[in-house]
Amino acid sequence: MKRVFPILAVLTGVLLSYALYQALVAAPTEQTMGDVQRIFYYHVPSAWTAFILFFINFFASVAYLIWRNPKADMVALVTAEVGVVFCTVVLVTGPIWARPVWGIWWTWDLRLTLTLVLWLIYVSYLVLRRFSSSGQTPLLAAVLAVFGALDVPLVYFSIWFFRTQHPQPVVGGGGSLDPRMLHALLINWLAFSCFAALVCWSRYRLEALRREVDETMALEALLEPRAPQTKTSRSGIAG
Amino acid sequence: MSNAAGVTRATLDKDLRLEWRSKDAINSMLFFSLLVVVIFSFSFDPTAEESRRIAGGLVWVAFLFAAVVALNQTWARELRNQVLDAYRVSPAPPNSLFMAKVMGNFIFVTVLQALMTPLFIVFYNLRALGPAYQLPIVAALGTWALVVNGTFFAAMSLRTRSREIMLPLLLFPISIPALLAMVEATGAILTGEFSAKFWIVLLAAYDVVFTIASLFLFGFVLQAE
Repeated sequence: MKRVFPILAVLTGVLLSYALYQALVAAPTEQTMGDVQRIFYYHVPSAWTAFILFFINFFASVAYLIWRNPKADMVALVTAEVGVVFCTVVLVTGPIWARPVWGIWWTWDLRLTLTLVLWLIYVSYLVLRRFSSSGQTPLLAAVLAVFGALDVPLVYFSIWFFRTQHPQPVVGGGGSLDPRMLHALLINWLAFSCFAALVCWSRYRLEALRREVDETMALEALLEPRAPQTKTSRSGIAG
Repeated sequence: MSNAAGVTRATLDKDLRLEWRSKDAINSMLFFSLLVVVIFSFSFDPTAEESRRIAGGLVWVAFLFAAVVALNQTWARELRNQVLDAYRVSPAPPNSLFMAKVMGNFIFVTVLQALMTPLFIVFYNLRALGPAYQLPIVAALGTWALVVNGTFFAAMSLRTRSREIMLPLLLFPISIPALLAMVEATGAILTGEFSAKFWIVLLAAYDVVFTIASLFLFGFVLQAE
């Protein structure tokens, strides 16, 4: 398994550079939007990757609630952290694109709002993990993840209805995607997924190592003989 | 079943009696939402027409903030003298305790709303142009939505550091659809421009989903050690 890691790392590097070439050079320039449209090759793959990570987080959380396996909890933690990073990329690149194209930075559109609410829910998830005392963290976090997942369809319907009532922003027409653009998009998505997997994997190993160290230190503290302490206290008395 | 209902009734009785004697929660909520009303009124200075449109948001934000004040106190009382630990070792079902706390908070927030609504009407010159009979329905469903999740997350934040800050951080993101529904439904009824039916259905769905989820998961949270 350890040998797969460098292979994945190299593969990710190659894919990312090829995807960069595809996005910036090979893909044709969009007719009306111009070069600013190329941010699309980063925006959309980041969004898909973030949603997949949040999905995995939900299943890992349910798995933890059922089997109480610490590995499931570690997967949940890692996917939430990396998912929030990718979701942040989505929320930052979106307005950068929207400003020149729509003429506004932000609109309370269905997908934008849904992404923002997801981001908020997962940030609160990470805050909870940070603030709860270590023994109970996995359970509380898993419970919150289930609540968050239940919330998503309700958010979807509420915003969908909210938006259909109010005037809709003028969104660049759907139209068909040039096959070369689609190619660049999919390559970028693949590269981003590999990159996300790589980061998740290293974070997972780090977390496993951290927990191991914590356990060892706790054990050592329990088993350690009190001898050195009595020695210093004795010398203290003698001095 | 009768046992579970008995535990719920006993806990609810106890909480209501304590609140009746101390009036801690209701006083702090009342004063807090009064402050919110006054501050909003100063900072927006709306005309009657404007206030009808924004009143939904105003009212519910005030109630949301005020509810957090009460929700934070819900479990704190049970921590003193290890009451919660005693509850954990007793054979009483966790869900009856949870339901008692939810009902208690529901009553507190409803009382608050009953007292605050006249004030809102006076300060903002409100008059419903739509079907006013829907307002109590929205109020009841919306309060239940806030209180059921709030009580659950308050129990969760008991296990964290700086729990008083934790509760709103957990509650607000999850409550966004419910809050949107309450605000839009109230706005729809006050302006009479469109129907509030969809929002009421959404609120009801939210209540059902999260009540069931809380009842399923509260045992885990109570036993977390």
